[in-house]
Amino acid sequence: MRRIAEPRNKLKSTKALQAAVVRFAGDSGDGIQLTGSQFTDTTALFGNDLATCPEYPAEIRAPAGTLPGVSGYQIHFGSKDVLTPGDAVDALIAMNPAALVASLSDLKTNGIVIVNTDSFKERDLRKARLSSNPLDDYTLDRFRVFAVAITTLTRRAVEDLKLDGRIVDRCKNFFALGMCYWLYSRPMEPTLRWIGDKFAENPQLVEANRRALRAGYSYCDATEAFQIQYEVPPARLAPGVYRNVSGNTALSLGLIAASQRSGAPLFLGSYPITPASEILHELARHKNFGVITFQAEDEIGAIGAAIGAAFAGALAVTTTSGPGMALNAESVGLAVMVELPLVICNIQRGGPSTGLPTKTEQADLFQALFGRHGEAPAPVLAASSPGDCFTVAYEASRIALKYMVPVIVLSDGYLARSTGPWRIPELDDLPAIKARYRADPDGFAPYARDPETLARPWAIPGTPGLEHRVGGLEKRDVSGVIDYDPLNHERMVDLRARKVAAIAREIGPVVPKGDGDGDLLIVGWGSTKGAIRAAAQARRAGGRRIGHVHLRYLNPLPPNLADVLIRYKRVLVPELNMGQLAWLLRSRFLVDAIVFGKNQGQPFRQREIEAKIEEALR
Amino acid sequence: MNAPASSYKKEDFETDQDVRWCPGCGDFAILSALQSVFADLGVPREKLVIVSGIGCSSRLPYYVNTYGFHGIHGRAPAIATGVKLANPDLEVWIATGDGDALAIGGNHLIHALRRNIGVKILLFNNRVYSLTKGQSSPTSELGQKTKSAPYGSIDPPFNALALALGAGATFVARSIDAFLPHLKSTLRRAAAHKGAAFVEILQNCLVFNDGAFGRLTDKNARGENLLVLEDGQPLVFGRRHDKGLRLNGLDFEAVVMDGGSADHDVLIHDERRSGEGYAYLLARMSDHADLPTPIGVFRDVQRPCYEDSVRAQIREITKEQGAGDLEKLLRAGSSWEVRE
Repeated sequence: MRRIAEPRNKLKSTKALQAAVVRFAGDSGDGIQLTGSQFTDTTALFGNDLATCPEYPAEIRAPAGTLPGVSGYQIHFGSKDVLTPGDAVDALIAMNPAALVASLSDLKTNGIVIVNTDSFKERDLRKARLSSNPLDDYTLDRFRVFAVAITTLTRRAVEDLKLDGRIVDRCKNFFALGMCYWLYSRPMEPTLRWIGDKFAENPQLVEANRRALRAGYSYCDATEAFQIQYEVPPARLAPGVYRNVSGNTALSLGLIAASQRSGAPLFLGSYPITPASEILHELARHKNFGVITFQAEDEIGAIGAAIGAAFAGALAVTTTSGPGMALNAESVGLAVMVELPLVICNIQRGGPSTGLPTKTEQADLFQALFGRHGEAPAPVLAASSPGDCFTVAYEASRIALKYMVPVIVLSDGYLARSTGPWRIPELDDLPAIKARYRADPDGFAPYARDPETLARPWAIPGTPGLEHRVGGLEKRDVSGVIDYDPLNHERMVDLRARKVAAIAREIGPVVPKGDGDGDLLIVGWGSTKGAIRAAAQARRAGGRRIGHVHLRYLNPLPPNLADVLIRYKRVLVPELNMGQLAWLLRSRFLVDAIVFGKNQGQPFRQREIEAKIEEALR
Repeated sequence: MNAPASSYKKEDFETDQDVRWCPGCGDFAILSALQSVFADLGVPREKLVIVSGIGCSSRLPYYVNTYGFHGIHGRAPAIATGVKLANPDLEVWIATGDGDALAIGGNHLIHALRRNIGVKILLFNNRVYSLTKGQSSPTSELGQKTKSAPYGSIDPPFNALALALGAGATFVARSIDAFLPHLKSTLRRAAAHKGAAFVEILQNCLVFNDGAFGRLTDKNARGENLLVLEDGQPLVFGRRHDKGLRLNGLDFEAVVMDGGSADHDVLIHDERRSGEGYAYLLARMSDHADLPTPIGVFRDVQRPCYEDSVRAQIREITKEQGAGDLEKLLRAGSSWEVRE
């Protein structure tokens, strides 16, 4: 069913593509994100591989029609591995002049532009600060422009329903979506079904939106202007059951899975902050998994409650972004000192300070590694794709529970919102994870350690005979009583460091993708994986000998990383900051790593990395 | 192994740690009172948790043989909230001070009271920062000379009880370190309260603010300056119990009870009076030089506890939706299968 497109108009020609990049752009109130995610869901069900990049302003309703108010949603879909949301756009749907202008530089020459001419009036042009109409001057000469009166056509399609004019105009995004479904030979059923569910309580809205969708589709089918229909055949993904997930959803699911599999109830202490809030929203929905979500008075209250819950036996989590992470610093140190399991998720955004709340950046790596006073080591893991957020959240929970340690998870604004097909894991394939509560009073000491993991026992209140006190003051080895003895402090500093370092034993060796040795090793971490992988593949196809290592574990680092680094003539480190990982690699391995930083609040483009590769190899 | 809860003695709640307060510190009395009360409560020792922040007061958990968490400055209410939410069966107590609770931790304190989370908050108020050696605190009085205000404090102080009432506290009480029986009975009342209990304990710091509450504890002075609240009893004070409190407009005023008509105006203390206004007037009395300072239980009312509401919602949703099925959750939404 899902691979059958709508019946084709015999008068039109079809063209097969391996991949395409489509961008929807309009006002932040235009329903652009909804339109984009509908196209994405349909495309996922159709069987394409895909990557998306939603982008919206920090303001909820920036002034309509202005450049700061532009909301965009880009999807790259194909029949082969799709690794990034795409550098350049094949088809742009611009609902107003501001949206058009904001996207033009990303549009391929000869690319498709569909514009809603109804919103290109004098007043609209003024709001976008344009002195002339781009539909009438030379602005769009390089492109294939389809000027369509989308608002008028939508109104006409639903006029007999006698709906309020404002409601009618809100249907126009479905008209545009219908046009895109025709253009890329997508089935309309998933969206027709979705409309039925979404507006179930208002049959008139169901009818209006469905009509708009169909009208957009039929318009392209009937109009002579549209001559070519594209086909992007399904991808050959590894066998399994898939769904399309965003990073924040996957991260939430990973935490629930870790709780369910470990037997430790999930406790989230959180304070709303972009772009981490969706995790709080998602987890708050799943109370029937026993999940407690506590929206605290601030981030310090959030992590404080999480630490208290950890003391009492929960799989405790706090989720935040950079500014909240800064507030959390003292409490992370406390968690290091009391050696309790805790998962701290930083969904990074552009900084410093309030910075760019809705934009992405990777500039909190140093903060994660070193942002505490004293010697306070904590494991740091980074997710590299929306689906990988599940794996990393689960793995962070596993490490926290096994080693009795706070673990920092790094995601970012791009991963948080972008989506991709995720192969749903079989529960039996998930790694073993267990909450080990101490019950036996015999030989109990609060800081007696497991000889293998160096973890102290998790003796939770309510357990008879194990009453003990923990706290931020330095503890005597084994007994856990307050102790300021110089040599004891040194021993405890060393033990806390060794405990974290020992996790490296569990991390498999890194195996570079591409060439196992050669001219250039690219080392990356976090959300840049897709762009780096795509760029490395392209340059290798061009004859370069390149390897790519993408680090999930930033602390401790994989045990064989030093051996891998020396197998290449040069090392390039692309990251969305001023070179934090490069700094780490230089310091740890005395390797002359080349910094490739980008600080624009945007993910890397494949071509940027390709250019840098060529420069590094020159 | 633990002794049965019914046969506890005070010694069962002592630890082998050397108590590191200054000799003569009021904290010793509070510790002793708390250990006695714990012995009488009949709550198994393993179900008691004491959480603290930073300061002299906050060393207390190390000296009580229960579960204990010495947190970081100001954050005890946050940590305690997590403990209580994760396991509502635990009896969670907080030991905090005027700096810990009202300065750095003010935000957590008011929100804990707002939510009515079932924790007992013991605020040791000595009107000074002692562990950091003598700076002004949020309860230091105007003109009080401290190391950080050598010419006298110019910061108006917080009234801890008025603040707690303003935040919606359901149990508000005050006692004094020097009055051991009163302190113990106040702690027992706090223990019996369901929901957040806030107890201000006026505590003498021998080193940095000695005699701060002398007018309330001194044998000769206290009769005129102290009003001991008792539920259902008139608001009477004075060396010869000859003065009472009545309303004058929206304020309290003290009247001499001489058998005249004014005697009938003297208010009867009611801990459960609806509305916070009455308890608020009582709380504000300590700010007025011409009124005595009340001790005892100011307010004791019932409101849903946060931990109960959290659990009730989980139960309700689980009943409605059925217990979560991880396999189903992961496959929720539109999923599709790719075959070999």
